Amino acid sequence: MIAIQTINLEKKYKTKIAVSSLNLSVEQGEIFALLGVNGAGKTTTIRMLSCLCKPTSGDAILLGESIVTNSQAVKQNINISPQETAVAPNLTVKENLELIAGIYGSNKKAARGKAQEAISTFSLTEVENDRSKTLSGGMQRRLSIAMALISNPQILFLDEPTLGLDVIARRELWSTIEKLKRKVTIILTTHYMEEAQALSDRIGIMAKGELKAVGTAQELISKTGTKTFEDAFISLATETEVKL
Amino acid sequence: MRFLVFASRNRKEILRDPLNLAFGIGFPLVLLFLLSAIQANIPVSLFEVEKLTPGIAVFGLSFISLFSGMLIAKDRSTSFLMRMFASPLSASDFILGYALPLLPMAVLQSAICFIVASFLGLSLNVNVLLALIVLIPSAVLFIGIGLLAGSIFNDKQVGGICGALLTNLSAWLSGTWFDLNLVGGAFKKVAYALPFVHGVDATKAAIAGDYSSILPHLCWVLGYAVVIMVLAIIVFRKKMSSDKV
Repeated sequence: MIAIQTINLEKKYKTKIAVSSLNLSVEQGEIFALLGVNGAGKTTTIRMLSCLCKPTSGDAILLGESIVTNSQAVKQNINISPQETAVAPNLTVKENLELIAGIYGSNKKAARGKAQEAISTFSLTEVENDRSKTLSGGMQRRLSIAMALISNPQILFLDEPTLGLDVIARRELWSTIEKLKRKVTIILTTHYMEEAQALSDRIGIMAKGELKAVGTAQELISKTGTKTFEDAFISLATETEVKL
Repeated sequence: MRFLVFASRNRKEILRDPLNLAFGIGFPLVLLFLLSAIQANIPVSLFEVEKLTPGIAVFGLSFISLFSGMLIAKDRSTSFLMRMFASPLSASDFILGYALPLLPMAVLQSAICFIVASFLGLSLNVNVLLALIVLIPSAVLFIGIGLLAGSIFNDKQVGGICGALLTNLSAWLSGTWFDLNLVGGAFKKVAYALPFVHGVDATKAAIAGDYSSILPHLCWVLGYAVVIMVLAIIVFRKKMSSDKV
């Protein structure tokens, strides 16, 4: 079943086209990575899909609901972990989690229960009563993703989730994201080739606002006739559109 | 009732910042003590506690703008607001969530100011309760200014505008430090075209039991409060639907 379907989705800023006529479909439970250099249009795509900004033209249907005509219904089914960790700094880990659960409609008791479950799932027990501003970058990122998942979203947007993390924290986060495979549809943007390869079912490569190619890492390597995925990415990000 | 969850978060964020408490409550009280000490040592009546306390109360409320402005600006710069905008919270949930926790804080701040002033000779009677009510429109005005500034500027700019400019402006142009008649002329005219001195004069009238003088001054404050609040709501709503949070 298709979770996300974009139809000629486009975003223009005055004269600049940030995303150009994007047509993409993502299956339910799939981890889909959006790869591209800075300014390729990845974050703008995520912002449109998560109803943070309106497309200039076109539409996207998320689990049957349009981002243009029914964004409020879309918002009930999605959640986002932005590039910055976006946690409430003076609230404890537990309070941050309860806050998001409450905002998505849980009563106090249910929010407390969900927070405890998330604390256990994301191994945050040791820091549950610590204010989030005192956490390490890795722990804050883990909290950020736990906050995005506490509302039980069917679609999760992870915008550069491992940005600024050390190798160990990154691997820990990969393991967390892998556990979500098949349970939640995930759209992930990243600059790291190995991250896209390790985590995603399919990869979309964007350049200058256009989706240049979509496929598995192996398919993209084969199609470009390159040896490594990084070479395939460079080839695709600097060449014209390749359809797989 | 999602706004209550959000309001609770905002209350905790503000109250758990020690700088907020230091500036919001501590600084005005230090000034109250300092100016009262000066009054005790000068022959003219410049800072009598009945006249000084309303000014200090309004000056203290100006820090509410700093609290709310900084919170919103920081929420924007850290993408916390982006996370919230992707949630089912509506525009009114945001406005109420940011504004509501500040109102009891403002009343509490003014109450502390009057209680401390009672140790310096202010008589605590029913007029003080009336003064607390009279200060509410001023509190709403400063909350609105904070919402507006936080929606437009980044946290550093809000620090400059609300922390330095607004607090000084509201102090100098409210007749707190000196009687505006001493300066007179254009300065006095400008001061009386702005709401701050009216907020102070209305509170002075309440403390003095001069009830008939309250309403004319309060109308000025109410007018400004409504305009600023409506403007803040319009700008915030525009921000919600704009391309950049």
